[in-house]
Amino acid sequence: MPDSAPPSAPNARWQDDAGRGRVLALEGDWLEGHQPATLPEAGNAPPEFYDCSGLGRFDSTLAGFLTAMIRASQGGFSQRGEVSLEGLPDGLAQLVRLALTVPEHEEVRQDFHPGNFVSRIGFAISNAMREFTTAADFTGRLIFSFLRLPVGRARFRARDFRLLLEQTGPNALPIVLLISFLIGSILAFVGHAQLALFGASIFVADLVAIAMVREMGALMTGIIMGGRTGAAYAAQLSSMNANEEIDALRTFGFSPFDFLVLPRVLALIITMPILTLFANLAGFIGGMLVAASLGTPPVLFYHEALTVLTTQNSFLGVGKSVFFGAAIAMSGCYFGFHAQRSSEGVGLATTRAVVVSITAIIVINSAFAALFSVLGI
Amino acid sequence: MSANTKDNAKISVRGLTMAYGSFVVMRNLDFDIAARDIFIIMGGSGCGKSTLLRHMIGLVEPAAGEVLYEGRNFTRAGEAERDTLRRRFGVMYQSGALWSSLTLAENIAMPIEENTGLSGRALRDLVEYKLSLVGLAGFGEYYPSEMSGGMNKRAGIARAMALDPEILFLDEPGAGLDPLSASRLDDLILRLRDALGSTFVIVTHELHSIMSIGSNSVFLDTSTRTQGAVGPPQQLRSGEKSSAAREFLTRGRGTGSQGTNA
Repeated sequence: MPDSAPPSAPNARWQDDAGRGRVLALEGDWLEGHQPATLPEAGNAPPEFYDCSGLGRFDSTLAGFLTAMIRASQGGFSQRGEVSLEGLPDGLAQLVRLALTVPEHEEVRQDFHPGNFVSRIGFAISNAMREFTTAADFTGRLIFSFLRLPVGRARFRARDFRLLLEQTGPNALPIVLLISFLIGSILAFVGHAQLALFGASIFVADLVAIAMVREMGALMTGIIMGGRTGAAYAAQLSSMNANEEIDALRTFGFSPFDFLVLPRVLALIITMPILTLFANLAGFIGGMLVAASLGTPPVLFYHEALTVLTTQNSFLGVGKSVFFGAAIAMSGCYFGFHAQRSSEGVGLATTRAVVVSITAIIVINSAFAALFSVLGI
Repeated sequence: MSANTKDNAKISVRGLTMAYGSFVVMRNLDFDIAARDIFIIMGGSGCGKSTLLRHMIGLVEPAAGEVLYEGRNFTRAGEAERDTLRRRFGVMYQSGALWSSLTLAENIAMPIEENTGLSGRALRDLVEYKLSLVGLAGFGEYYPSEMSGGMNKRAGIARAMALDPEILFLDEPGAGLDPLSASRLDDLILRLRDALGSTFVIVTHELHSIMSIGSNSVFLDTSTRTQGAVGPPQQLRSGEKSSAAREFLTRGRGTGSQGTNA
C-alpha cells in the first residue's frame, strides 16, 4: 500500500458469519485519530473474529478504538479474561493485548463530576466549612503557642528570630519609606488642587498629617508587607513542607508551630508599628516638600500640622498596624503550612497569602474606621 | 496485645490499615522487626511504602491497627510519651529534607543543641564526628543547596543519627544515586549497624540493596492491597513460585518457565 495515497474513510461494522461467531469487519485507513462517523454498537460481548481484508493503514487510533470497544462490551474493567483477537494483524493484536492486560484498579479511577448547580453549591459549602475548621484550628494553636511563650515552653531559636526581625524590619524599610513618601506627596498635590480654590492651601498640612498618621501610613505599610513578607512566609513554609523539612522538625520533637509560626508572627507584630512610624514620617516629609514647591513654606506647614497631630491621632495608625502585622503573618504561615506538596502548591499558597492578607488589612481597617466613628475619635 | 508480640521485637506493626479518606492504601499489615535488623519495606511504585514509614513514625494516623515500640503502644500514646519514644529514632527523608536555611553542621547541631543543651566545643566535635561517620568531614559549612543529591542523603543520615537513635528509618536511601554511590551507601548502612548496633528500617525498591543488606523484609502487594510476604529477602526470592514477592525480587523472571519471557 503506497504511503502517499490519500487516506480512505475508516469503517467498522458487524458481520454475521455463522461459522465464526460475531465478526467485526474493519475497513479503510485508521490514522491520526479519525474514527468512523458512525460506530457500531459495542454489544454485550467482544467480537470473536476480526475481518481485516478491507483494512488499509492504521496507527494507534485503531488500537485505541478496539481496546475501548472490547472494554465496553465487557462492562468496564471488572471482568477480564481471554478475548479473541483472531484475524487481527500480529502487531495490532499485540498492542491491544498489551493495553488489556495492564492491571488497573477500577476504584483508583477518579470519576469526578462537578454535577449540577445544587451539588456544586454543596461542594462549595462543605469546602468552605473544612477551610473554616482548619483556620480555626490554626488560630487556636497560635494562641496556645503565645500562652506557652511567657512560661518559656515554646521553643524557637533566638538566631532565627533575629534574622526574621532583620528581614521584616530594616530590610523592608527602604521600600516602605519610598512608597509612603510618594503617597504623602500625592496627598499634598490633590489637596492643594482643591483647597487652593478656596484660598485655603495652608490646610494641605492638616490633610497630609491626618491622612498619613490615621490611615495611609499603616495601610500602605500593611499592603507592602503583605506583598513582601506575607508572600515570603507562605513561599518559605510551603517549600519547607514540600521538601519534608517540617516533617523532619516533627520527628525531632520540635513543634513546627512554636518553631516556625510563632517567631514569624511575633516579628511582624514588633516591626509593623515601627515601620508605620517611619512611613508616617516619610509621608509627612513628602507632603511638606510638595507644599513647599507650591508656595507653602515648610515652617508654616510644620506648625499647621502640629495643631491637628494630637497624641490620640498619632497612635491610631500605629495601633492598627499591630493587627495588620498579625493578619499578614498569620495568613502567610497558614497558607504555607497547608500547601500541597508540589511546586504548584507553593505558587498557590503564595498567591492566596497575598490576596488574603491584603483583603484582611482593608477589612480590619474598615472595622476600625467604623469603631472609631462610633467612639467619636 | 502482648501475647502475640515476640519478646525480642523492637518494633511491632499490628493490623495496620492505611487509608486516605475512603481510599484504602494497604490493610492488615502485621509484622515484627527485631533489634539489629536491617528491615526492608519493599513493593512496586506507589504501593504505599513511604506511607507505611510515615505511619510508623507517627506523621500519619492509621485508619486501624497500631505500631508498638518494644511493646509500648506508639499509636495510642499521648503527645508526651510519643516525644520520648521519638527521641529513640531518627528519620532520613526521601530527599534528605535538610533544613535549607541552615548549614550542614547546623542541621546536625540543632537537634543536639535543643535536646541536650550541649554547646561550644563539645557540640562542634560531636557534629564533626557524625559528619565523618557518613564521609562528609569538612563539609560542615556548606548549605544543602551547594551539595549533590548523594551528599544530601548522607548528610540526612548523619542528622538522623544526631541523637544516637536505636532505630533509623531511611526513606529510599539509594534512589537517584549512581550504582557506585548506592553501593557505598549500602556499605555504610552495614557498618553503622555493626558499629552502633542500631536497627534499620529501609524503604526501597533497589533490588541490589535489598539482596545485599536486607536481613528481613515485608513485601507490599499492590494487587491484594496487603502484605504479600514477610521474611528475609533472600528467602523470599527462592520461595513459592507464584508469589508476588518472588516475582518482584526476580524482576518477573521467577514465575512461569524460566527465561522465556525475559
